[in-house]
Amino acid sequence: MKNLKYLLLRRVTQIGLLVLYFGANAYGWTILKGTFGSSLLFGVIPLADPYTTLQVLATGFVLGADVLLGALIITLFYMIVGGRAFCSWVCPINMVTDLANWLRRKLNLDKEEVNYRFLKRRARYWIMVLGLIVSAIVGIAAFEALSPITIMQRGIIFGFGAGISVVIAIFLFDLFGVKNGWCGHLCPLGATYSLIGKASLVRVKHDHGACTACMKCKVVCPENQVLHMINKESISVTDGECTNCGRCIDVCDDDALGFGIRSFTNKVND
Amino acid sequence: MANSDNNRRKFMATTLQSVGLTALGGLLWSGYCDEAKASPLVLRPPGALKEEAFLDACIKCGMCAEACYNRDSNIDKETGKQRPGTLQMAKGGDHRLVGTPFFTPRDVPCYMCDDIPCVPVCPSGALDMPSLLDKKGELDINKAQMGLAIVHKESCIAFWGLQCDACYRACPLLDEAISLEYMKNERTGKHAFLLPVVHSDVCTGCGLCEKACVTEKPAIFVLPREHATGKAGAHYVKGWDKKDQERVGNRKAEEIETHTKRSEKAPVDYLNKEIEY
Repeated sequence: MKNLKYLLLRRVTQIGLLVLYFGANAYGWTILKGTFGSSLLFGVIPLADPYTTLQVLATGFVLGADVLLGALIITLFYMIVGGRAFCSWVCPINMVTDLANWLRRKLNLDKEEVNYRFLKRRARYWIMVLGLIVSAIVGIAAFEALSPITIMQRGIIFGFGAGISVVIAIFLFDLFGVKNGWCGHLCPLGATYSLIGKASLVRVKHDHGACTACMKCKVVCPENQVLHMINKESISVTDGECTNCGRCIDVCDDDALGFGIRSFTNKVND
Repeated sequence: MANSDNNRRKFMATTLQSVGLTALGGLLWSGYCDEAKASPLVLRPPGALKEEAFLDACIKCGMCAEACYNRDSNIDKETGKQRPGTLQMAKGGDHRLVGTPFFTPRDVPCYMCDDIPCVPVCPSGALDMPSLLDKKGELDINKAQMGLAIVHKESCIAFWGLQCDACYRACPLLDEAISLEYMKNERTGKHAFLLPVVHSDVCTGCGLCEKACVTEKPAIFVLPREHATGKAGAHYVKGWDKKDQERVGNRKAEEIETHTKRSEKAPVDYLNKEIEY
């Protein structure tokens, strides 16, 4: 059980949030209304997705103050807890891609990884910028027109329809196509939250002294390029692309990894 | 030297590939978005901005659909079953921009709630509350312009001479948005036509008439305003309308003479001088 702690916590959070959103529509709960695009917490506090907000602004429409304030609140929140905590603790697509990733390992599909020359991890940043440009040209929030994240969430709240095919497509892409293809390479929302969380307070810390170089953490990590310090030096994971999912902490048998607060005074933690 | 040359070549190639792929992606993406927003004849909630601006503004949160009193999740007190909702959030396969709210009057019309619950909750301003406020600053659903009802005369049985006033009775603005025009039925000589006439300045496009229409496929139906209205153009002036006449002031039409080979000769000489016209 010990090596599932953060995984279970994450699933409880993810599903719990979806239940709250679902209940808002089905039973009229007022805890969390709307969708990840824009919602209302306790009927007063506005929340809005920063990237969605940027897209709407890019279309040239001056948004209502509620959304702007909501986007600010969300941005500040993730600046503290680690930007991509959204990806691993909130986003419903994460459950789909994690399942695909797990199956990949079980089915030994990882053994012959093809080197996808064109699909670099930085592709998401290109897509993020492109999304804003396309929004400005065409005049609709471009990523929101096909975002599997809100399609899945709206599907759960309002009913899926043919939208389920987008979710299945992502599952198949991650399972048979590129490892961590969607979250790790393409998703512009993840890219935005990486930028937001670049200097966040909550970080995974590595203790070189305890590490036995078993590399279990690198196997489970969806963004294992951020774990470059493993068995090398005792520093925090500073990369914004770390999703703060805590899976590495779960699987580490040597207590070499754990959540901590970023230290700004000296780069090397002891 | 050779190595640095190689690096430069590789760098140029990668840059070109990235830029090329981005351009390709951008083109496909723009194409998709442009198609996705071109959903025809879609009716939006009350207070919605003009379709083009609405698509800019809608953040697809679904709060309007959740606030609608007539929702999917509401239980019908009489039957105990779920009842179909007015506002639907476009799903994949609806052929509407995914995630935007719309309604289909033929299935479920807008029931014109007095307090318009769907509008104040809109966080982005896609549903424009000021456009629905009356002089006292209160919400007035009768100011909504969701669409405009159109009567198709050939399939409307009232135009056949059969007695039907279903749409007229169903209209929440009875005698204002739809009135009945009486006409003598010349075929029988002793019956009257009761013809439904929609007044476009009052009709809100709620669709209650379309839902009530008794014909197999409704003979009265709601279209988005920009599709249901024509436009005469500013150069037509109603001479009998004092206000309209003021628009042009005392200006008179310029005298325009057109000279052609024929007009040089007087038409009067057609017979005498055998001018050919």
